Amino acid sequence: MADIVLDKVGKRFPDGTVAVRDVDLEIADGEFVILVGPSGCGKSTTLNMIAGLEDISSGELRIGGQRVNDKAPRDRDIAMVFQSYALYPNMTVRENMAFPLRLAKLDKETINSKVEEAAKVLELTPLLDRRPANLSGGQRQRVAMGRAIVRQPKAFLMDEPLSNLDAKLRVQMRTVVSRLQKQLGTTTVYVTHDQTEAMTLGDRVVIMRGGAVQQVGPPQELYDHPRNLFVAGFIGSPSMNFLHAAVQDGKLRTAVGDVPIGDRIRRGLEAGDAPRELILGIRPEHFEDAELVDDDTRRRGLEFEAPVDIVESMGSDKYVYFTVEGERASAAELEELAADAGADFSGGGAGLVTRLSAESAVREGESRRVWFNLEKIHLFDPSTGRNLTLHEGRSSGALAD
Amino acid sequence: MSVDASAPGARAAADGTGRRPEVPAQRAGRRGRAPLSENKKAERRLGWLLCAPAALVMVLVTAYPIGYSVWLSLQRFDLRFPDQREFVGLENYVTVLTNEFWWTAFGVTALITVVTVAVELVLGMGLALIMHRTLVGRGIVRTAALIPYGIVTVVAAFSWRYAWTPGTGYLANLFGDGAPLTERASSLAIVMLAEIWKTTPFMALLLMAGLALVPEDLLKAASTDGATGWQRFTKVMLPVMKPAILVALLFRTLDAFRVFDNIFVLTAGGNETSSVSMLAYNNLIRGLNLGIGSTMSVLIFLTVAVIAFVFVKLFGTAAPGSDDSERR
Repeated sequence: MADIVLDKVGKRFPDGTVAVRDVDLEIADGEFVILVGPSGCGKSTTLNMIAGLEDISSGELRIGGQRVNDKAPRDRDIAMVFQSYALYPNMTVRENMAFPLRLAKLDKETINSKVEEAAKVLELTPLLDRRPANLSGGQRQRVAMGRAIVRQPKAFLMDEPLSNLDAKLRVQMRTVVSRLQKQLGTTTVYVTHDQTEAMTLGDRVVIMRGGAVQQVGPPQELYDHPRNLFVAGFIGSPSMNFLHAAVQDGKLRTAVGDVPIGDRIRRGLEAGDAPRELILGIRPEHFEDAELVDDDTRRRGLEFEAPVDIVESMGSDKYVYFTVEGERASAAELEELAADAGADFSGGGAGLVTRLSAESAVREGESRRVWFNLEKIHLFDPSTGRNLTLHEGRSSGALAD
Repeated sequence: MSVDASAPGARAAADGTGRRPEVPAQRAGRRGRAPLSENKKAERRLGWLLCAPAALVMVLVTAYPIGYSVWLSLQRFDLRFPDQREFVGLENYVTVLTNEFWWTAFGVTALITVVTVAVELVLGMGLALIMHRTLVGRGIVRTAALIPYGIVTVVAAFSWRYAWTPGTGYLANLFGDGAPLTERASSLAIVMLAEIWKTTPFMALLLMAGLALVPEDLLKAASTDGATGWQRFTKVMLPVMKPAILVALLFRTLDAFRVFDNIFVLTAGGNETSSVSMLAYNNLIRGLNLGIGSTMSVLIFLTVAVIAFVFVKLFGTAAPGSDDSERR
């Protein structure tokens, strides 16, 4: 077990494209770190560089305090789990799991006991003599995990290990991976494009975009205090609502009414080069049916009325989609996120996704008064994507002084 | 659908070939699976009808000559003495199989086959790896490697012959001032060299297709599991490629066993360098002994069939379940 340090690590391919630029990251011993981002953001390249499957163009990589830039993968003592599982088709499950041990020239009995032990942990014992072709996707995935854990390496590197499983199995395996990692306490770097996996699995999450790290932190911190528009839009499902906001007379003119702003943000906006147009971000759960809000809470937010488009009842709460007038928020980050999601971000016009209490009597087609929490909103600069409500790393809503 | 298919079916029945197509359909139905629906039967009938022309041509150009050779091999039939033609049963086989020239030629052929195929496999694998891994000038590398295979064998054989001819050839004086094509060992070596030079690219091409079947992730996994380059090659690549290797070996072995052109041009079979094909040619075409020549042809055919059978048996046990994993 060991810590992993990336010191300004970069990757430039021979044709000049930069896949990863100056990534600084310190992964503590035993930590579970997730690299997440849309496809092409450099997360897999970063993982491959840690594994040694890809050369490092610049910067330094240290595993357990040792510089390993020029070491072959086999000398780094790391184990990797692949999205395709990469099981050797000509070997049985037992041989697959024993392969790294056999290469390490351990004696037969040790190998056997280690394989049996790992098989027991992953409930693979009855499958030991089968070949990969005769296993289901979930079983193959477990064999791949087994092959990684038998060796007790310094670190696990996982490249989208659950992406080939169906949704139900993925949720189940998520807890298996999580439990296993806690049990073994092995430093783990896990790559995924799925923000739910990132939120649920990791001690810390690294959000990447275009080869650069956007923000590093525990999942809740990324959710509550996104540093920029990209992080805010990427984390959370359904994702944050983004509305166009024009700065006018010390207020923000938006599709959900005039939003007052606090002194600190106003001071920032009074500077000569400050943007006149902002993007307002509100998470779906920070809306509530105005009828269900008590007076005390009401004072901390604003109300508006809008036509109800669609109601999705989830049992525990209701997802309500509203249509609101006004310009669509636009920024490079939002377009990138939309492209990654494979859909237009807000559909035509400005749609709002809200998560209201299950008790709400909201119906499709009617017009409904909705309240939202001013303390939880975020303001972004559309040109830089920076979160303007962030103060010393914390976000405190639009009213902060 | 059924209307479409029944029309050609009816026509086929009228001209007497309609029976054959129906047989497999019935058999498949009897084999325990759910009986085929009318629609499926009609479809199957159409399928057989569509194959029929090709099958007919195959019968005409391969089955008939083979059958005719077998028939000739059972007769005493020398065109120089056409009057003595008579059915002699297996007498020709006894004659050939007890003849030392046949066994010498058989030994020469086997030697050439084993040596050339083994060397070609090693060189071809090397070449395939180079072609697979090359990043710069991939097209040029591949084209260059394939040139020998693109040259007509006889032309290539002549260029080898001239190269080794004393006085004019640039290779002739490589080993002292003898004439290498006039001695048995050296001429066999030259025949093998010419064969290897000519067909290694073909081997490489087949193996390269096999290399493409090895998933990149598998090699990455092996290197993180602690395998050296050589271990990745022997423990991961080769087993996964096994079916492709067997195909390549099968093709080359069958080809090599029928070696003819190079020997014909380089030594003309002199100094006991004849292959079985040369011997058959000499008896059949030059000696005009159709009986003995055909017997030799049939024996070559049988040997090749045995080789093919052994290889196909090997396929059966090659990498169990590998087709499943490739499909993924």
